[in-house]
Amino acid sequence: MAGWLNFRSLNQEGIVFAIAVVLFVAAAIALPGFIDPNNLVAIVRSVSVLGILALGMAVVIIGRGIDLSAVAIMAMSVAWYLQLLNTGTPDGLAFAYVLAGVLAIGLLNGFLVAYADVPAIFVTLATGSFVFGYVRSQLITQDAVPVPQGHWVELLGGLRFLDVPIEVFVFAGLAFLFFLFLRYTKWGRYIYFAGDNPVAARNIGIPVRPMLVLRYVLSACVALIAGLLTAASLHSINTRVVNSTLLYDIVLVAVIGGIGLSGGRGGVRNVLVGAALIGILLNAMTIIDIPLLYQNLIKAAILLGAIIVDGIINPRDEQTAQQGDI
Amino acid sequence: MSFRERLQSWRYNLVPDHLVGEILTKRWTDNAIPFLALVVTLATFGSIIPGFFKLTSLQESTRQLGEFSMVVTGMTVVMLGGGIDLSVGSIFALSCFSAVYVFFILEQSIWLALAASLATGLVFGAINGYLVGYLRLRAFLTTLVTFIFGRALFDILVTSYAADVQLSTATSKVLDFIGDSTFWGLSVSVWLAIILAIVTHIALTRSRPGWHVLAVGGSRRSAHNAGIRVRRTVFMTYVFSGFCASIGGFLIACRLSGAGPGTGLNLEIMALTAAVVGGVSLGGGRGSVIKGLMGAIIVLTMTNGLIRLGYGTGTNQMVLGIMLAVAVTIDIRWLKNRHKVLNEVYVAPVYLKMGETQSAVPGSGTPYALDNRLSAADHIGLGELEGPEDVILDRDDHLYCGTRHGEIVRFFAPDYVRSEVFAHIGGFPLGLAFDRSGNLISCVGAMGLYSVSPDREVKRLSAETSRSWTSIVDDARLRDPNDCDIAPDGRIYFTDSTKRYDAHDWALDSIENRATGRLLVYDPRDGSTKTLLDGYRYTNGVCIAHDGKSLFFAESWACRVHRYWLEGPKAGTAECVIRDMPGYPDNINRASDGNYWMAWLGMRTPSFDLSLRHPDMRKRMTRRLPQDEWLFPNINTGGVVKFNEKGGIVEAMGDLTGGAHPMVTSMREHKGFLFVGGILNNRIGRYKISGADPNWTSPASYWGAKP
Repeated sequence: MAGWLNFRSLNQEGIVFAIAVVLFVAAAIALPGFIDPNNLVAIVRSVSVLGILALGMAVVIIGRGIDLSAVAIMAMSVAWYLQLLNTGTPDGLAFAYVLAGVLAIGLLNGFLVAYADVPAIFVTLATGSFVFGYVRSQLITQDAVPVPQGHWVELLGGLRFLDVPIEVFVFAGLAFLFFLFLRYTKWGRYIYFAGDNPVAARNIGIPVRPMLVLRYVLSACVALIAGLLTAASLHSINTRVVNSTLLYDIVLVAVIGGIGLSGGRGGVRNVLVGAALIGILLNAMTIIDIPLLYQNLIKAAILLGAIIVDGIINPRDEQTAQQGDI
Repeated sequence: MSFRERLQSWRYNLVPDHLVGEILTKRWTDNAIPFLALVVTLATFGSIIPGFFKLTSLQESTRQLGEFSMVVTGMTVVMLGGGIDLSVGSIFALSCFSAVYVFFILEQSIWLALAASLATGLVFGAINGYLVGYLRLRAFLTTLVTFIFGRALFDILVTSYAADVQLSTATSKVLDFIGDSTFWGLSVSVWLAIILAIVTHIALTRSRPGWHVLAVGGSRRSAHNAGIRVRRTVFMTYVFSGFCASIGGFLIACRLSGAGPGTGLNLEIMALTAAVVGGVSLGGGRGSVIKGLMGAIIVLTMTNGLIRLGYGTGTNQMVLGIMLAVAVTIDIRWLKNRHKVLNEVYVAPVYLKMGETQSAVPGSGTPYALDNRLSAADHIGLGELEGPEDVILDRDDHLYCGTRHGEIVRFFAPDYVRSEVFAHIGGFPLGLAFDRSGNLISCVGAMGLYSVSPDREVKRLSAETSRSWTSIVDDARLRDPNDCDIAPDGRIYFTDSTKRYDAHDWALDSIENRATGRLLVYDPRDGSTKTLLDGYRYTNGVCIAHDGKSLFFAESWACRVHRYWLEGPKAGTAECVIRDMPGYPDNINRASDGNYWMAWLGMRTPSFDLSLRHPDMRKRMTRRLPQDEWLFPNINTGGVVKFNEKGGIVEAMGDLTGGAHPMVTSMREHKGFLFVGGILNNRIGRYKISGADPNWTSPASYWGAKP
């Protein structure tokens, strides 16, 4: 914590945290109703799903990958699940199907990246497109699928603890679990090694490839949880979210929090910082009543700024840049 | 011949296995997979969609293709430069809107609309290029962000101005012409796309900026170190991509007379899929505009076909996803494994039954019986030389030889202690000969036929002959020029041992044993090279007969010597004069007594002879064993053999200890001595021949006494 106050060792995380604090203070003073406890809960709630997805993305990015299929998996798995329920499939069986499907996509992503050496960006772009297209055209009939009356997903959405919605606790719990995993387990540490220098990690005997697969499976499972929470709070899932900018928001949260895209750096704290900034920003923009289209424009501008800063802080050199690293 | 062997000989000698490997060496095989995919796609959709190939239907599909393929062309150039441009869809949409805005709302001329459109694309491309090229940001994420940015901007603009565009009454004949008319059956957009593709192709393959793009994509670091302005080159690729997308956007503005929320949607993933399916390599350097276009046709046919077949929402994305995943995986695996596959399948052995031979065992009483005479030879240049394949002496008794370093070394008479590098040619100088005016002619392995003048000027005489019609690998190129000799009229007869392997892989040729050796002639009067004979198993030494009317040449892997007639009734034909020798013949040179010296580079062994009758076994061997465990011909014992004009063996000598001359590739008689060279040896031997003419020299034998 002391490092954040020391300007010499100011890093991206510190800057973003400072901006978030400044923005928070500014919004609290300028915007009526911002500081209201209900609004603060709304802010946290609004970034919960985003933050959960960003946790999964963070693990993948730390391992020098990226998962562009996360949103497709999130929306389409739950849409399929609800569709199965609505057509009368027993709950347990339906969930087993969906879980199997999600694991299969995670495994496919991981397999293609780890064993076929295909760049993660293309694999997940392709599988994301495939998952959306396949589920939309073959398995479900409409863009939006409602949650059946009285189903546990619906009840989940109504759960409150101390007036705070359940997804906030899920986010907090997952964040804590990921923190423990990344910080204190052997496999968690291995992710940093593999992300920092995959070849060296492999040479010292770390099972780099199986662990790559694990990360994509983890990311897919996290996406499923995020999808269930989304469906719980909205009582339905709209598959059009796949074509929205949600995916870029996830990357934005991870990158802006200071998780370097070249891997090996960052952690859960960076996700929390990034999520805080984006949450405050989105909430403030909504209160000011900026139309959604302009919000996208602003988010894109911020993401661009984050990437430029990332590029300046972690410059790539002509002599050391890897061939084909796009 | 047993039935099994007959089957083997049919299987391995008639089925052209070697073509598989030769085809795989071709760069165009990269195109084969996308081309096949193209044919299959067109055939499939053509057969299941009624009227697919009808003119009007094609015109409608190709119109869309024109715009799309332009975007793909831009994407291809960016990818060739090692980047990626995901913002093409946004640029396309924004350019379309610019044109619509200028034309319909500002009611300006169509040309101004075009200018606005192009300006939009160029500016947007320049932003991408600056971020990726000069700031060195990651192309994928950066263009992803500019894509979102552009899309958001477009969505805002299009919702604000859609109604105004609907109400506009602006019309233009030019706009209608660009949008709707056809020209020789093809729409304007297709013509423009074709022109753009041709210009881009020529620029990429024939111009300096194009080469720079490919160099940067092929190896960014090397390009940087070679002095190419990498950043500017990358910048330009994005500007070009923006330019291409903006033309596409202008064309669709003309065609649809408006811009809607769907304009350019999903275009980036379609263009990316098209480029990758077409075979443009991720990470740069490999690919072409043609490949991009093939991919564009495949993707568009697929997506349009599915729509026309009535499949619902999402099918397109599903198919695109599958195509992208499969294409990328194939691309990566192909790149990685191509040379491995090539290494495995290139050696394609054939069946050969070698004839019974006479023994060369010392004391066996046959004319081939080797003795230990060569072990008594003096050594020259011991330890200084590496690989004197051929040796020759000039009129002043100086000794010349080639080395594996690509040099011709001269040892000075009379004691041959002092030496100098006479000339540096490169490659591996093999056979040597002096012509009438004292130029040293050399067959240089992996390069061609060279001449070194007495004042050391190196000149290339020939590096290629005419190409045969049925060849797949370029057999015009001389891969392994081996030995040469010069006829009285000055024409240089030389051998090219194999069309299948480079000079240093000559041992692989012995395992394959395919008859691809040639005898060629170079005519110094007009500089032409002609193929005289083809289809021998490793043609090697050449020697013009004493009377100058015929020449002898060795066929190493078949252990034969042939005579080729230069004049007389049998001119232009060859006959076999020695067959089924116990050793593999190499160079042949004149002897002072009217006979000929022949070197043996190695000896036949029963085991290798047997393996020649089992091509299946040799094929398995080359695929499954590491190369140093293969069964090769025995080259640890060689010798020197003298034969007469009729092909009768006069005598044979060798080095049975293996200490000095285990393998002999050449020998030259000079003033009563025999100078012996070996391609894997570290010395030249000098052996006193008992009873030889002490005044006979090779230059005098060829070109008469000293002038």
